[in-house]
Amino acid sequence: MNVSFFFEVLIGGLLAGVMYSLVALGFVLIYKASGVFNFAQGAMVFLAALTFVSLLERGVNFWLALGVTLAVMVVLGMAIERVVLRPLVNQPPITLFMATIGLTFVLEGLSQAVWGSQPHGLELGIADVPMQWLADSTGMFISQFDLIASGVAAVLVAALALFFQYTRVGRALRAVADDHQAALAVGIPLKNIWAIVWAVAGFVALVAGMLWGARNGVQYALTFIALKALPVLILGGFESILGAIVGGLIIGASEKLAEVYLGPMVGGGIESWFAYVIALLFLLVRPQGLFGEKIIDRV
Amino acid sequence: MLYREAGQFKSTYAADQQIFPIRQDRIAVTLLLLVAFIGVPLFANEYWLSAILVPFLIFALAALGLNILTGYAGQLSLGTAAFMAVGAFMAYNFVLRMPWLGVIPSFILAGLCASAVGIVFGLPSLRIKGFYLAVATLACQFFVLWAIQRIGWFTNNSSTGVITAQTIEILGHTFDTPQSKYLLTLGIVAVLALLAKNLMRSETGRAFMAVRDMDVAASVIGIPMMKTKLLAFAISSFYCGVAGAMYAYTYLGTVEPEAFTLDLSFRILFMIIIGGVGSILGSFLGAAFITLLPIFLNVFFGALSHTFGLDISHAIVSNIELMIFGGLIIFFLIVEPHGLARLWQIAKEKLRLWPFPH
Repeated sequence: MNVSFFFEVLIGGLLAGVMYSLVALGFVLIYKASGVFNFAQGAMVFLAALTFVSLLERGVNFWLALGVTLAVMVVLGMAIERVVLRPLVNQPPITLFMATIGLTFVLEGLSQAVWGSQPHGLELGIADVPMQWLADSTGMFISQFDLIASGVAAVLVAALALFFQYTRVGRALRAVADDHQAALAVGIPLKNIWAIVWAVAGFVALVAGMLWGARNGVQYALTFIALKALPVLILGGFESILGAIVGGLIIGASEKLAEVYLGPMVGGGIESWFAYVIALLFLLVRPQGLFGEKIIDRV
Repeated sequence: MLYREAGQFKSTYAADQQIFPIRQDRIAVTLLLLVAFIGVPLFANEYWLSAILVPFLIFALAALGLNILTGYAGQLSLGTAAFMAVGAFMAYNFVLRMPWLGVIPSFILAGLCASAVGIVFGLPSLRIKGFYLAVATLACQFFVLWAIQRIGWFTNNSSTGVITAQTIEILGHTFDTPQSKYLLTLGIVAVLALLAKNLMRSETGRAFMAVRDMDVAASVIGIPMMKTKLLAFAISSFYCGVAGAMYAYTYLGTVEPEAFTLDLSFRILFMIIIGGVGSILGSFLGAAFITLLPIFLNVFFGALSHTFGLDISHAIVSNIELMIFGGLIIFFLIVEPHGLARLWQIAKEKLRLWPFPH
């Protein structure tokens, strides 16, 4: 076995995992604050990316397009809170989950009805080429784009961590996550908090959508990455931001390694289900995930 | 005025325990079956039979299967399409490799194979529930499709993965006209629906509902958790498997593994949410709704563009269809979580009193 090739695959997988983490992060934020498992996160990623790229293609300035898309996502987050979540308060979580599946269809239909369904290329000005100096010194081919993407992810996570730790709103969010009723009792406006969380999730979706879009093009297949975020969440735990990161890295790396080393034995293409099977096995051993809270609906 | 049970006295337990205790209901169901078995094949044209009624019946059967698992036993599944795929491809292989078996036994065996797959992927339900379980069934969805695409045996080494269903022949009679295919589908669906209705009224069905409503309490009163849950998975996957086999044999004729994507699973989940979770009738209502909605929308937008001279492209219509599907799901979950079946029940209760206020 070629060691340098092994590391190349491993690092490639880890960097792909960062992208999964970005999507998973949106799930975790909403789950922490409202206990809703938001299946529509993938559709939000798609909507954000499609809106952004369509604005760019119509000649809108980069920063203006970013601002408009962000505004759209924030308004969308508030609208979802008002129209979908508020009438469903106190319903069992599974009902909310199914409602977000419905929401997924609405968002997918909406974004394609408005912007058309043809795939777009997105150019962020970062070349997706291997870094020459690294290839020269170690013989490994690692994309510059992936490194920058993981840098962005790191900044995002750090910013979110600071936001949660040190701001007033962040503290309120954590209070709501711990106990809805207690938070209400000390005067935290629950409805505003939920709107804020959905808006922040929309922002995370925008970042994820831009990076994924630049990598694979903005197209309908983008919604499938949301499904890949599910095993990441199972592995990392639903309530933990750290878990989303670590889970994403593990899934990304093991998926790539399995594809390269196990794939040829069984005919290839195992990337499509390997992550789920890992998650499945993990569920049997440690259902709360690596960093999740111990309380879980065990049977 | 006509619809009331006044004067219908029950003198035996058997009469009291009938599926349709009210005489008017029995008459209505008999009429419906007569129309479905005799009237429709006589008068419906080929388009209605093979493009609307057959898929409606097949989806109703698949929805019924999912309803047993999700509606009655309370285990959410996103792997319905995978179980259907197992049914379709195993039926193909049984007919291909064991032609002496006959088509109906092949369908049953294919359903049993789907059951086996269902039991394997239902094992996690012993430890987890809710959307954790949904992820587990998602694993099933992707794994099964991958296996069917990659392992040549399933598709008889067809290079494209497409299989062509053999002609259906039962006891020397060939089912190749739309009418005969419709009748075969209807017959199978009617028998299985009757079975399901009775099963859900029996001890098994009550055990399912106990597990759904409160699993801890159910196990305290002595309902074996493992057996009940796995049985729910097995029965549900059997129904989905038979539905899948018919999807290949009486509806499409040629199928590829890509026909059974996650989208199909969602579509069937939508049917039971709109039709009514935990209701046999609801599966049929939901299937009818979801099958007819796209046709209705196409006609509607066609008429709209015709009268106003607007040019509404096909892509826009399909996107609007997506939005309407999603919107309806949210609407039903908020306004009427028990779906169309509950509306029907309310209508019946109102009818009993009509035209008097009390």
